[in-house]
Amino acid sequence: MSSPSQRLTQASGRPESGALLEVEDLHTAFRTPRGRVRAVDGVTFSLDRGRALGIVGESGSGKTVLARTIMGLLVGRNVERTGSVRFEGMELLDRPASDMRDLWGREMAMIFQDPMTSLNPLMRIGKQITEPLRAHLGLSRGDAMATAESLLRDVRIPEAARRLRQYPHELSGGMRQRVMIAIAMACGPTLLFADEPTTALDVTVQSQILDLIGEQRRERNMSVILVTHDLGVVAGHTDDIAVMYGGRLVEKASTVELFANMKMPYTEALLASIPKLEEPSHSRLRTIPGRPPDLVNPPAGCRFAPRCLYVRDRCRTEEPPLLPAEVPGHDFACWYPVGSPEYHERKAELAAGGVAVPVEVGAGGIDAGVSA
Amino acid sequence: MAGTGKAHLSDDGDVLLRVEDLVVEFPVGRTGLVVNAVSGISLDVRTGETLGLVGESGCGKSTTGRAIMQLPRPTSGSVTFEGRQLTTMSTSDMREARTRMQMIFQDPISSLNPRRKVRDIVMEPLNIWKRGTAPERGDVVDRTLEEVGIDPMRAAESQPHQFSGGQCQRISIARSLVLDPSLIICDEPVSALDVSVQAQVLNLLEDLKARHGLTLMFIAHDLAVVKNISDRVAVMYLGKLCEVAPSDELYRIPAHPYTNVLLASIPVPDPSAQPAAVVEVIGEPPSPVLPPAGCRFHPRCSNAQDRCRQEEPQLRSIGPGHFVACHFPVHDGTEAVAVRAPVSSN
Repeated sequence: MSSPSQRLTQASGRPESGALLEVEDLHTAFRTPRGRVRAVDGVTFSLDRGRALGIVGESGSGKTVLARTIMGLLVGRNVERTGSVRFEGMELLDRPASDMRDLWGREMAMIFQDPMTSLNPLMRIGKQITEPLRAHLGLSRGDAMATAESLLRDVRIPEAARRLRQYPHELSGGMRQRVMIAIAMACGPTLLFADEPTTALDVTVQSQILDLIGEQRRERNMSVILVTHDLGVVAGHTDDIAVMYGGRLVEKASTVELFANMKMPYTEALLASIPKLEEPSHSRLRTIPGRPPDLVNPPAGCRFAPRCLYVRDRCRTEEPPLLPAEVPGHDFACWYPVGSPEYHERKAELAAGGVAVPVEVGAGGIDAGVSA
Repeated sequence: MAGTGKAHLSDDGDVLLRVEDLVVEFPVGRTGLVVNAVSGISLDVRTGETLGLVGESGCGKSTTGRAIMQLPRPTSGSVTFEGRQLTTMSTSDMREARTRMQMIFQDPISSLNPRRKVRDIVMEPLNIWKRGTAPERGDVVDRTLEEVGIDPMRAAESQPHQFSGGQCQRISIARSLVLDPSLIICDEPVSALDVSVQAQVLNLLEDLKARHGLTLMFIAHDLAVVKNISDRVAVMYLGKLCEVAPSDELYRIPAHPYTNVLLASIPVPDPSAQPAAVVEVIGEPPSPVLPPAGCRFHPRCSNAQDRCRQEEPQLRSIGPGHFVACHFPVHDGTEAVAVRAPVSSN
């Protein structure tokens, strides 16, 4: 639960200085033989304490690079980072990696997509959990083990004491992801990055893990950034959503507002391409034609224009800025957003031409069939 | 779920593939123990039908698909395809039979040879079987590539890594099509793809199925995807079948507690949706080395009773085409229970 004051700052769209994380005009580019790949290209957002932000986009939209840049995991001579990342008021971007080590684990932690390869296969679970406890908090071996056991119990791993002596291969994928969460929680971070934490897991385990992350967040008043390509995953587990496309933020809003009133045709298309249980089988799925843009030579104008159903001449030449919608806190970057007269006009033309257009979404809500 | 039994098999003549009492076991080192990957399942697929096979990791759904292809041959049971018994077939006959049944896999990039040109990869099956003359083969390949939306010119000069994941899956599909098969077994073909690309590939499979008169077996863990593409769906748990029903029916009135759990676990892209936490599922699937006695789902079932611990339920009919293997199903087909979350939190 967020406190009223947090909700207030969120609603105004202008977080007070109490914001945990403020990212401003962040750019991350990789120098490659083909040219500069502008993976993150001018992203600005902020995150308050205790809140969960979902970053959504297709592969190659820059969502993982964004998370890793914030955490300071992308360093090297071929990486160019500009802009500003302030964490509790501290500028992180110009810190050397050695300074970042003090923050990792203690202040910010990350869980990755693949629990199989993120654990050290040669090290017992107990050792992997106690390592950050001893390094960052200076606990004795015995205290660290006791803490590790209670952490495993927190993440609902049965027979915690026995598990501490096991190796990762003795655990199922879901259990390994729980161990990863326990390691991430060990030093009580204030910010948790979860990068596609459930993509490798089964649906039944997925919901358990997402619930677990949510529960830990509430108990510890931790902020969470959930990076995923699945709008279904973020819908029930985040307060706010930022949609990325081609290295840029194209829409951001509170989760409820985004789903009720999405403005970006890209967001609409992403949602429309998810198969819905309420639809009869063999329903034609709506697709997003084409491919994400080349980040070495992104198209002029709006980066989504080449794939957009509602594209007009202006979209191909002039890039739309991220501007506020009527509802405070809702920003989007589109010249002819969902609901605008031009959108309706184009949609009517398309429908007359027999093109399948998203119907339910954007018209004030998505299919409510299931929840009813 | 324990379900064995064949009540759900159709007896009309239009069955393309029929699997009976399929058992696949793998030895665990030299311990004498076995992994009971598939424990006596029976299935049939009618000509022109899409049968979905869903379940969690480790439930044996992929093993079932591979055992049908005789890759490897099942421990016991029979597989009849186009009226021929595959399990007793010689290796060379089996190779030939596989030209009529093809498989596409989950990871499109690793299922294509990284060192070859894409057009050659798609051509390979035709070369092996010496179909037609070289120009004829070229025509078939180019036509098929175009059909799946890959530019043949580009395919002739590019390797798989130069294509995206979705395009590689299209290439895999083209390769499976060139021999003109009647059955394609799709093993998680879209689970490695983004939603937008996933929709493209699913639509493509539907189009190709219609155009080529294909029969599909679609193995996946994502129930929404399976529902979209399938005519009938079979739900598997720990090597057994739980429930078989026409797609729309399975989702409208799921009878097996496990099917209900699976459906309730799907994240709904709607923040106002009620959380599905009312459906209890306990823990994770047990080990297939020592599967539970009785109904294999009973340790995780919130509704399990003594009978479930001892007696294995058989698949039985509860409606037209709707079969369930459960002693205490959520409904028995007589009452219409139109709920997704059947177990209340009381």
